[in-house]
Amino acid sequence: MPSECRLILKHADEPGYTPDIECYARHGGYEVLKKALTLPPKNLSDGKTINPPEQIRDDVKLSGLRGRGGAGFSCGLKWSFVDRKSGKPIYLICNADESEPGTFKDRQIIHKDPHQLLEGMIISCFANDVHLAYIYIRGEFPEGARILNRALQEARAKHFLGKNILDSGFDLEIHVHRGAGAYICGEETGLIESLEGKRPYPRIKPPYFPAILGLYMCPTIVNNVETLCAVKHIVAMGASEYARLGTPNNTGTRIVSLSGHVKRPGYYEIEVGRVTIGELINDPAFGGGLRDGRTLKAVIPGGSSAKVFKAGEKFRLKRKVEGKDVEQEVGMLDLPYDFDSLIAAGSMSGSSAIIVMDDSTDIVEALANIAEFYAHESCGQCTPCREGSLWMSKALHRLTHGEGRKSDADYLVKIADNIPGGRTICAFGEACSWPVQSFVAKFREEFVVKGAADEERRAKENKTAEPIAKAELAVSSRH
Amino acid sequence: MSFTVPAQLEAEIDKLITHYPVKRSASLMVLHSIQENFGWISQEAVEWTAAKLGLQPINIYELVTFYPMFRQEPAGKYQIKVCRTLSCALGGSHQLHKHFCGKLGLDAHAHGLQTTGDGKFSVEFVECLAGCGSAPVMMCNDDFYEGVSHSKADEIVRSCA
Repeated sequence: MPSECRLILKHADEPGYTPDIECYARHGGYEVLKKALTLPPKNLSDGKTINPPEQIRDDVKLSGLRGRGGAGFSCGLKWSFVDRKSGKPIYLICNADESEPGTFKDRQIIHKDPHQLLEGMIISCFANDVHLAYIYIRGEFPEGARILNRALQEARAKHFLGKNILDSGFDLEIHVHRGAGAYICGEETGLIESLEGKRPYPRIKPPYFPAILGLYMCPTIVNNVETLCAVKHIVAMGASEYARLGTPNNTGTRIVSLSGHVKRPGYYEIEVGRVTIGELINDPAFGGGLRDGRTLKAVIPGGSSAKVFKAGEKFRLKRKVEGKDVEQEVGMLDLPYDFDSLIAAGSMSGSSAIIVMDDSTDIVEALANIAEFYAHESCGQCTPCREGSLWMSKALHRLTHGEGRKSDADYLVKIADNIPGGRTICAFGEACSWPVQSFVAKFREEFVVKGAADEERRAKENKTAEPIAKAELAVSSRH
Repeated sequence: MSFTVPAQLEAEIDKLITHYPVKRSASLMVLHSIQENFGWISQEAVEWTAAKLGLQPINIYELVTFYPMFRQEPAGKYQIKVCRTLSCALGGSHQLHKHFCGKLGLDAHAHGLQTTGDGKFSVEFVECLAGCGSAPVMMCNDDFYEGVSHSKADEIVRSCA
């Protein structure tokens, strides 16, 4: 029986669990930080010693932790890219801009267990020699910002922040920085620009890799809320124990945001890859199935920019069976919910947000909704994205407002194909194209039928309108 | 029109600025403080903020025009923001938006923020509020509401005394 595996959300929904520091302390809070700060240096057989921060960095690498924000990049590798010899300060920013449509997991952590995030952050800062860090929280979370500010005050009062934390000699200050409603701030270089007080125009890479030239052109780490919480558990459990959770190369737990047409939408923490998409949608422990009398039509598996899956789709995936690589046919619902399986199936787990659509969904309307989002949120720096996202949205607007054309399906794909692939500075180009490409490819008929029906209707209207127009023209030319 | 920042607010703003090694970084936080106090960000407020942070007015103006949450004109006393994006749309947020507009005598099809004649209510669509599991969701000023039925919507309006 598939079930939740609550590590990060272990206490969040327990009755009586509150976001204050006393409650957190009663549940073992900040003990892992104490452990981290008092780790003894490790002596290797070759006479070298590894200092505590380096040990933590090694552990995070060994744990296999992959970023929980969207890209799924190895957290340990990300940290290893940080330029530690530049002589400049190193900054850490917690990305709490949670804004990928479908995602609402970080909200739970921030609201219900803010100290867990702070503890994870302080440990991560200690591991990376960071003395000033920020939490970039989206503007739409005013209550979240207040909760975090309260938590920071409490942590300062208990000497978990500030100068010489718990007499360890380590100094750290953390501040909350609020965004103001722009999705692009979730992109790490856009976020950095925004934190510098500018428009959040993403920076071009190279040369502006945050690990080298980030905030104020200093080495900078940007990690998602959930990723930073996971660091705490890696230090608490040890890397190998953490890596036992989940599946190889997809270790640990992940909070899945499940929304749309299921009986029990919500957030579910699972061992990565140990639960399938079908179980997440249908099992009573998770989504509990579709609404009565409905059948599945489509699933967006990783936030609105992930390529859509059509009900009944099958994929040929390479899998290990008894140690051997074999190719197997896997149905969409049988896909293990992890990073690699979803990439192999042509989509991604992204921010781990699943949006379920049943047969009542007008697929053209659904795509029009997504396209409008991206048209609104493109920062406007790169022409293909600024223009393309708007053209796609306009074409879909007319398709959903009786003004469609039969050729719109092809038109949409033509635009979508010309945005991504290195034509734009950041991955927003991909994010706005993937839904269009996949929706039209997999539900082409619905787009064509809609456009054709509109054309036919207009042709009829024109025929009846023609004699009237001619008569009007004759009258007006007489004057 | 003169623009005066109350001493207490200015003290708060001065404190915010100390959170950053570079003053300019405080721009967004200062604009939030100003908007919370005045309800919107006037040209004078832009100039004041720029002077405060040692910047040109354009450096602040370009933020006010970019970030959707900043307002260049006053909005209603109670600002109702309904989530427009996919999960909420599947959960009936567009009907909810229409319901609010109908109830308050506003045009549901007009673009952007709509404010009632008496300046009491504003209604607008916003993009994903990260509450997708309990669609449709909305905010009324800083308060977040989940699973908003039409009767719950009426209650929210009634509670705005």
